[in-house]
Amino acid sequence: MAEPKRNDDSMDATPNVTEVETADAATVAESVAAIEAPAQRGEPILQVRNLVKHFPLTQGILFKKQVGAVKAVDGVSFDLYQGETLGIVGESGCGKSTVAKLLMTLEQATAGEVFFKGQDITRLSGRALKAVRRNIQMVFQDPYTSLNPRMTVGDIIGEPFDIHPEVAPKGDRRRKVQELLDVVGLNPEYINRYPHQFSGGQRQRIGIARGLALNPEIIICDEPVSALDVSVQAQVINLMEKLQDEFNLSYIFIAHDLSIVRHISDRVGVMYLGKIAEIGTDTQIYDHPTHPYTQALLSAVPVPDPDAREGRDRIILSGDVPSPANPPSGCRFRTRCWKAQDKCATEVPLLAIPERFKGTDGHTAHESACHFAEERDVVHAA
Amino acid sequence: MLLEVRDLQVEFHTRDGVARAVNGVSYAVDAGETLAVLGESGSGKSVTAQAVMGILDMPPGRITGGQVLFQGRDLLRLKEEQRRRIRGAEMAMIFQDALSSLNPVLTVGAQLGEMFIVHRGMSRKQARAKAVELMDRVRIPAARERVDDYPHQFSGGMRQRIMIAMALALEPSLIIADEPTTALDVTVQAQVMDLLAELRRELNMGLILITHDLGVVADVADRIAVMYAGRIVETAPVYEIYRAPAHPYTRGLLRSIPRLDQKGRELYAIKGLPPNLLRIPPGCAFNPRCPMAQDVCRTEVPPLFEVAEAPGAAEGRRSACYFWEETLHG
Repeated sequence: MAEPKRNDDSMDATPNVTEVETADAATVAESVAAIEAPAQRGEPILQVRNLVKHFPLTQGILFKKQVGAVKAVDGVSFDLYQGETLGIVGESGCGKSTVAKLLMTLEQATAGEVFFKGQDITRLSGRALKAVRRNIQMVFQDPYTSLNPRMTVGDIIGEPFDIHPEVAPKGDRRRKVQELLDVVGLNPEYINRYPHQFSGGQRQRIGIARGLALNPEIIICDEPVSALDVSVQAQVINLMEKLQDEFNLSYIFIAHDLSIVRHISDRVGVMYLGKIAEIGTDTQIYDHPTHPYTQALLSAVPVPDPDAREGRDRIILSGDVPSPANPPSGCRFRTRCWKAQDKCATEVPLLAIPERFKGTDGHTAHESACHFAEERDVVHAA
Repeated sequence: MLLEVRDLQVEFHTRDGVARAVNGVSYAVDAGETLAVLGESGSGKSVTAQAVMGILDMPPGRITGGQVLFQGRDLLRLKEEQRRRIRGAEMAMIFQDALSSLNPVLTVGAQLGEMFIVHRGMSRKQARAKAVELMDRVRIPAARERVDDYPHQFSGGMRQRIMIAMALALEPSLIIADEPTTALDVTVQAQVMDLLAELRRELNMGLILITHDLGVVADVADRIAVMYAGRIVETAPVYEIYRAPAHPYTRGLLRSIPRLDQKGRELYAIKGLPPNLLRIPPGCAFNPRCPMAQDVCRTEVPPLFEVAEAPGAAEGRRSACYFWEETLHG
C-alpha cells in the first residue's frame, strides 16, 4: 500500500516532504515522549497550519507529464482543542475528506504542517509516526464497505492490537474486544458474528468500537451518520457524545448535514473549494454568520417546521461549484457571490476577524474570509 | 381525485420467505397538490410508488391486492400495453440517482427527444428542438450547445434537472419524485426543489414526493403520509402534523432530529431498529419501539382512526394508534 503512494507524491508539483533523515535515536524518543504525554484540557492538541494537498493531473502513458493539479486542499489552518468537537462542513468536493486523510497521514501533504502536541506529523516516520497514528483514529461514513465482510466482529475490532500489541497483550484481547462491544452498546456475545448480521446502525457502532480500541485522543469522523436512517442517527450521535465524555476524546466531525454538526460541535469551520471560509463557535457560525457562502449554505437547509416557510431569508445560489483544478482567482466564492466586487477577483481574502468587527465583543467578531463580511441571520424566521 | 391508492398490498418472494413490503396502503393526491410520503428505508414508500407507476419487478414482487385508481381507472386491471401509454405521458417519475437512471451512451438530447418520438410520433429533428426547449425550461444554461452532451458531462444538479425535464416532457398530470434531492448538496437541493415546485404550480400537476427528510417535507408539502413497515401510520395536513403529531412514531422522528436554529440537548432516540419485513411484529408494527405500547398494541393491528383535534379543526387527519389522543395532547 505505501509503495505506490510514495510514487504518486514524487510527481507532485512541490514535493516538500523530504524524507526525514534518519534522526538519531534520542530525537525519536523525545518525539514519542511528547506524543504520549497526556494533553491538558483546553490546550490545542492539533494545530493545522497552511495545509495543502494538490493531486497532480498528468497526461501521457509512458512519459507522464504534469499538466495541472486538483487543488483539493489549498491552505487550511485551524486548531483542535483537547476535549472539544470541531465540525467541518461543506459541499461535496470542498476538500473536507482530504483534510481528514491528511490528518490521518493516509495522504502526504503537498505543503503545510500538522502539529500533534507540538510534533509536526507530516515529517515524522517510524516509531514516532506509529505513536501518532495510535492516537488519531477514524470512523468512516459507510458502515457497509468499511468493515471486512469476511472477518468476524472480534477480528475487526481486535485488528488494531496486531499493529499496536502494547495496548493489549495477546491473552487479554478477547476480553478487551468484549469490553469495547459493551461500551458501544452491543451485546458482547456477538463477538463471533460477521458484519452482514448487523444493521447499519449496529455496524457503525462496530466501526466506532474499532476506532476506540487503541485509546486514541482524537477521533476523526467522516460523515459517520449520513448513511443511517433518521431514527438510528440519533442513537449513534448520542453514543458518540457519551463516549467523548467518558474517554475524554477530541472529535473532528466532518459532515454535510448542518443541523447535526451544530448539535454535536463546539466550533465549526465552513469549507469551500479547498479553503476555510469561516470558522467560529456554533453560535457565531449559525446565529451570526458573516461570510456570504455560510449564509447561502445555511439558508438552503430546510427547517423541519412548515411555519418557517415564509418568514425565512432564502438565498438561492446560481451556478455550480467551480472545478478545484481551476479555481477562480482571488476569492474562490466570488463567481457565485452576490456581493462580489473587483477587489474580490484580485485579492485573496484572508481568514481573520474582519477589521470592522475587531474590538467588538459580540458574536460577529470571528474569523471570516470575506472582504465584505457582514452579519445576516438566515436561520431564524423573521 | 387525480390518483387514489386503495388498500394496496405488495409482497416479495425471497429465499428466506415472504417479505410483506406494503400492507394495505391507501392515499390520494389531487391535481395541484403535493403529498409527501415519509418513511425510513424498508418502510415501503418506494415500493408503493413503483406499483403505482407499474415498474415493480414482478417477480420477485407481487401485487396481492388493492386498487390504483388514476383519473377513475384502475391501473392494476389494465394491460401492459395500455399502461405503457399512460406512463410518461400522464404520469412520470423522477428517481434519486440521475447518473444511473440516464443512459450513459446516449446524448441527453436523444434521451429527451425519445419521449416525443415514441409518444407523439415526431421526427428526429422536431424532437431535438423539443429537447432544447425542455432544457431551457429547467434552466440548463446554453441548452442549444449542450443538447448533444452525454450525461457524465453534466454536474449532479444539472443531471437532476435533465431528469425533471424528462419527466415533464409530455406534461403529465402526476409526478412521482422518489428522493429527488437526496444525492445533492444543500445549495443544489434548494435550486432543484424550487424548480420542481414552480413547474408543478405552472402545470397544475399532482406531486408525490417520497423522502426521508423532514426538512424538505416541511418546506414543500401540502399533506403528509408517514409510513412504517409497509403501512401508513399517520396522515395529516403538513402544518398540523409538525405542530402536534398524533402517532408516537411521527413524534419520535420529529424529536430525534437536531435543529439548525438552536443548540439542542441530548437527542431523543427512538429505541431499537426498524422491523424485518419477513417478521413484522404482531399487532402494531411499531409496538416493540413504542414508549406508549399497551397489551392491545401487541395483539391487534390498529386501524387508521379519524383524528379530531378540536371541534372545527382541519379534517383529513388519521392516525393508526390506539392512543392517538394521548399522543396528540401528551
